[in-house]
Amino acid sequence: MYSFSTAKDLLKLCKTHDTGIADIAIRYEMEYSQRHRAETIARMRKIKNVMKDAINEGINNPRKSAFRMSGGSAPKLIKALRKKKMAMSPLALRAMAYATATGETNAAMGRIAAFPTAGGAGVVPGVMLACTEVWKMSERKLLNGLFTASAIGKIIAEGATLSAAAGGCQAEVGAAIAMATAGVTEMRGGTPKQCLNAASLGLKSYLGIVCDPLGGLVAVPCIKRNTLGAATALAASDASLAGIESFIPFDEVVMAMKNIAKIMSPKLRETALGGLAVTPTGLRIRKKIGLPPIK
Amino acid sequence: MQASQQKPQESHYSIFDIAGPIMVGPSSSHTGGACKLGQIARALFHGTPDKVTFVLHGSFATVYKGHATDRALLAGVMRFKTSDPRIKDAFEIAKKNRLQYIFKTADLGRSQHPNTVKIIVEKKGRKSMSMIGSSIGGGMVQVVRIDQFDVSLHGIAGHYKTLIVWHDRGKTILDPLKKELKKHKIRIHDIQTTNVGHHALSIINMEGKRLNLKEVLALETFDGIEDVRSLTSLEKQ
Repeated sequence: MYSFSTAKDLLKLCKTHDTGIADIAIRYEMEYSQRHRAETIARMRKIKNVMKDAINEGINNPRKSAFRMSGGSAPKLIKALRKKKMAMSPLALRAMAYATATGETNAAMGRIAAFPTAGGAGVVPGVMLACTEVWKMSERKLLNGLFTASAIGKIIAEGATLSAAAGGCQAEVGAAIAMATAGVTEMRGGTPKQCLNAASLGLKSYLGIVCDPLGGLVAVPCIKRNTLGAATALAASDASLAGIESFIPFDEVVMAMKNIAKIMSPKLRETALGGLAVTPTGLRIRKKIGLPPIK
Repeated sequence: MQASQQKPQESHYSIFDIAGPIMVGPSSSHTGGACKLGQIARALFHGTPDKVTFVLHGSFATVYKGHATDRALLAGVMRFKTSDPRIKDAFEIAKKNRLQYIFKTADLGRSQHPNTVKIIVEKKGRKSMSMIGSSIGGGMVQVVRIDQFDVSLHGIAGHYKTLIVWHDRGKTILDPLKKELKKHKIRIHDIQTTNVGHHALSIINMEGKRLNLKEVLALETFDGIEDVRSLTSLEKQ
């Protein structure tokens, strides 16, 4: 009854039941896994708590990842909050810091919530937890935002892919930007249409980005793409609430993502055979890890 | 290497396939999904194994070390959750538990997903079990082979009310088992049977209550049924 695979389905459900995306996502999940509302919400709360811990870990206990490629950037962004004349708002800086902290915790084999994947796990908690904190929003609003974000992720998973091995970075950090911006737009009181519009704006700006990690490890450039992805998600939400409309509807942006994934060379899909992975620095890391030279 | 998203046709994802899993980093497919595949292999095996062999294929074979795919697989076989911080220490814990482990790399065939592993679980004096499974993104997994049987088992969140039954070939052999499930008020959603020679393997997807271990073992007493394993315990990962 609450099943949806496209933005069109989702908007129709919201209209029919006169409710928001989060509520439809919760009702869908209750139906899907045959669990009560309280149980379903508690499951999301558990994920939210893991997100918080991962952020704290990255900021307060920074650790270097394998081959010392990452670690320690999140505290720098927190320090920058005290600096004058930063271009980004304190909220955006905090979102960037949290996204970075999650990515760094992940790279150091800490505990995170994949959202939607581990490689793109920073954007959603970064944006949504920073907003909750700075704007003093309730936990309920935050959990609703996370359900909205998941609904967007589901549309992308069913219409295209959430695997960088299949679709490049647009399928991980790109999907995360679409999810975060829709979630935060709902938290700010946006309508379902404004949420999906924000998702279109966010995802469009990240279409075509490839997956080219050094040595195939989730560290460089993944973490910093999460950092800047958080800023993009906030910008897309602002743009949507300012009334800017995406000329291309969300379902068609997802179609474009799938089309790009199909054309994208396998060398640019998590194989470490192209892009940043084959720069002199990338090749140096490759050698250090002990991967065979590229023919 | 051709990567393709092998998603079940006409099937929908749970919200918690997108949100989560809660896991130890760094990669949802190379670490989280690997751990889940290990868990499934362990759940498919009777008893506590004393030896496990992993044959890594594709991207699993090339970049497994940096992602701790090896530790995650082994941790899964020891029943650790994807979120267990002890995944890092899986080798040391396995040694302490006298679980012997071997990692190999091989080409398991062109048609396999790039993130694929074959897991062989053994225990002295018992029949070994082998399984081939793939990690298809975001921590989602699928099993494509159990022993000599080609299967299609999808590890989607909340959809683990599944029985795996090894049995003799024959149309009516599952009837008493079905009747027994009915007695427990369990509705059978679908049964997928693969035959090889005189043997068969059935995957039964169910709806309704969860069977406990005693009830599962009782199903093994029927004629022509060799082994029954339940994947219910994996549901809350």
